[in-house]
Amino acid sequence: MPDVPPLLEARGITKTYPGTVALDDVNFDVRAGEIHALMGENGAGKSTLIKILTGAETRDSGAILIEGQPADADTTQQAQRAGIWAVHQEVMVLPNLSVAENVMLGYQPRRFGLVDRRETRRLANAALAELGLSLDADRELGSYPVAIRQLVAIARAVRVNARVLVLDEPTASLDAPEVDRLFSVVRALASRGTGIVFITHFLDQVYATSDRTTVLRNGRVVGSSPTSDLPQVDLIHMMIGKGLQQAIAADRPGKGKQGEVAAKFAGLGKKGMVEPFDLTLRAGETVGAAGLLGSGRTETAKLMFGAERADAGSVEVAGKQRRLRSPRDAIRAGLAFSPEDRKVDGVFGDLSIRDNIAIVLQAKRGWTRKLSRRRQQQLADEYIARLNVKTSDAEKPIGQLSGGNQQKALLARWLASEPKVLILDEPTRGIDVGAHADIVQAIEELRDSGLALYVISSELEELVAYSERVSVMRDRRQVALLERNELSVDRIVAAIAAPPGQQ
Amino acid sequence: MRKGYAIPIWAAPVAAMVLVLLIDTILFPSFFELRLIDGRLTGSLVDVLIRGTPVALLALGMAGVIATRGIDLSVGAVMAIAGAVAADALAEGAPWTTAVLYALTAGLACGLWSGMLVAFLKLQPIVATLVLMVAGRGIAQLVTGGQITTFDDASFSALAGGTIFAIPAPILIVAAIVLLLTVLVRSTALGLMVEAIGVNPRAAELVGINTRSIVLAVYALSGVTAALAGIIATADIHGADANNAGLWLELDAILVVVLGGGSLLGGRLSYGLTLIGAITLQAIKTGILLAGFPPQMGLILMAVMVSILLVIQAPALQQWLQRRTLRNAAS
Repeated sequence: MPDVPPLLEARGITKTYPGTVALDDVNFDVRAGEIHALMGENGAGKSTLIKILTGAETRDSGAILIEGQPADADTTQQAQRAGIWAVHQEVMVLPNLSVAENVMLGYQPRRFGLVDRRETRRLANAALAELGLSLDADRELGSYPVAIRQLVAIARAVRVNARVLVLDEPTASLDAPEVDRLFSVVRALASRGTGIVFITHFLDQVYATSDRTTVLRNGRVVGSSPTSDLPQVDLIHMMIGKGLQQAIAADRPGKGKQGEVAAKFAGLGKKGMVEPFDLTLRAGETVGAAGLLGSGRTETAKLMFGAERADAGSVEVAGKQRRLRSPRDAIRAGLAFSPEDRKVDGVFGDLSIRDNIAIVLQAKRGWTRKLSRRRQQQLADEYIARLNVKTSDAEKPIGQLSGGNQQKALLARWLASEPKVLILDEPTRGIDVGAHADIVQAIEELRDSGLALYVISSELEELVAYSERVSVMRDRRQVALLERNELSVDRIVAAIAAPPGQQ
Repeated sequence: MRKGYAIPIWAAPVAAMVLVLLIDTILFPSFFELRLIDGRLTGSLVDVLIRGTPVALLALGMAGVIATRGIDLSVGAVMAIAGAVAADALAEGAPWTTAVLYALTAGLACGLWSGMLVAFLKLQPIVATLVLMVAGRGIAQLVTGGQITTFDDASFSALAGGTIFAIPAPILIVAAIVLLLTVLVRSTALGLMVEAIGVNPRAAELVGINTRSIVLAVYALSGVTAALAGIIATADIHGADANNAGLWLELDAILVVVLGGGSLLGGRLSYGLTLIGAITLQAIKTGILLAGFPPQMGLILMAVMVSILLVIQAPALQQWLQRRTLRNAAS
């Protein structure tokens, strides 16, 4: 139907934040009755696009059209009046109010200036019935599970006759039957002519529900096609991308002499988080971990480091059986873990670079045995030089450094504690090219100096270049462990894409 | 930001104190005069220090709690409990050392209770300590049986009224505590760890800091310093008044920490600056009294002064000053 204008169309949307271009000339549209999946890795620009469509952010340039007419959607209220409605991952409902009140919030019918409870209940029930839900409208919403809350949030959109419904990772915290239920509601809505924008990290859900898929990467649309015409491998390629510098991607495997077992994880797992897996890390080798976001990579690393408590399996470090109940236990055992989210889990922004580098070693020694100021200074100077941290001096608050230099300082903090096993979660994400090369080089040097490394990365070329083996994660499971001689980007992508059990 | 132009962290609190003392001197020219009467140092300045003692002690404990991004609303009530426990022991004929020991133990127990709620049960500090803020005064009333318990014990009273080398005891006690705590947190890694927890609790856990024990410890310490404040207040009036001892002083203590450059977002710990904040607040109060303003104006004047001082310390203003300095230096 090329002559019917799409329900909602975004044309040439550009949005810049200080230092980054979040969206660069993005075109996106949703037709009536269509389920349109919006895909992309973290930082690709999905949430920015959604925020602009729903009026939560203003665009720098570009236009938003509703049924071919320029639309006023500069604030959330305007967007909602225009019929664009979003249901977020963090469900925005009020658990302490009743189901009916949640559905009707802001639109309660009034009588004599007061809220008409009976009418509220009747209208709410009608909206719920349209979704095939029968809930006790008077019950507190908080007493229902998350999946129901999600559906109630959707019922709210139905109630106000939303024409475009944006679902931002609606299934992230749902189990399989709940997902099915949500999808049947979503399909019912689409069949009534609602346009659905659907964001998820689960590939099978994309193929199960969506009519069309658009992929964003680094703020640009890299592809858009009917989902049925898009092989899964191509989709993953589009999301992850290629074109890493040759310098970084050059093949530089380890020296080939594998050392003793540094750490052995046997049957380690946690219900609802990561299925039990086996992994052996040897001194002087790097094991890579690949998988899409939400595949359980980060959770695996957290289990290995005791940041999440495993409920199954055992851990052996340097030949000794260890129980890791906390990061403290893991650090004492000789493990180190540099987390993915530098800002939230890594840096102490207000403290100096010196403090930030010294802190792991200090915590390991205990509070009574303070590292002397001079020793701290030595450590800081040594690692600033060794890892090429660009800073005027070590007393600067670390928050003032660029992302890449913060990452180097965090690496320094763990190296100062002299670990046997170093776990790095996306060490090169969101940092500039120069720092990127420095970190890859550091990873290789550390490996050659006899450290065992476990590196999670979305940069597959990079993983192939320095890994001895690559653990591939999918749906919270380790689905493959590729050896050096069979390692290639295509093999990894194939392993990510293959449905479980069909290697 | 270029090196050398950064305004040091202590500048604003010290400037605020100097400003207030300056105003006091203008209003009351003999403010800084010290005299020796009966072997005891007296004068307005000494008066400021003595009167400021309870709040200073509360604030010293509070400073550690606030540095971990917490807050302790129970200190006023703990002060009342400790006072009641001490007075009760003395009234029953116990020696003053026993009374002090009982009171400190009561304070420690209160601090451990709040610390446990925050560190282990992960309750929000404001809620966790609100429990004891309300219940604590009731506990104190139970201890005193609803009466104002009085006692007659010269040694105990000397904790408030005595002197050593002409210097009043409360001043010495506060000075000793400030010194002790400063040495404790700076000669060990406690200070760094407390600040790290305040700046980023999740990262603190991941780098292997024993966050639970440290959070427990700062609340325990806050209980002990509050008990000490209660002991001195009780010694001062020769009796324990469970209804009024330490009433609302938790708010003064929070104010003092902030006047001393602390941030309620945590991450900054300085006992010296907290002391300076305590002197600033008391100097405002004393100044208002000395200047002879009608008493009904007192609170409003105090609010005005405090607002001005907090504006001086506001990050927005400091950044603006810093930019100006840089610009002037450049041109």
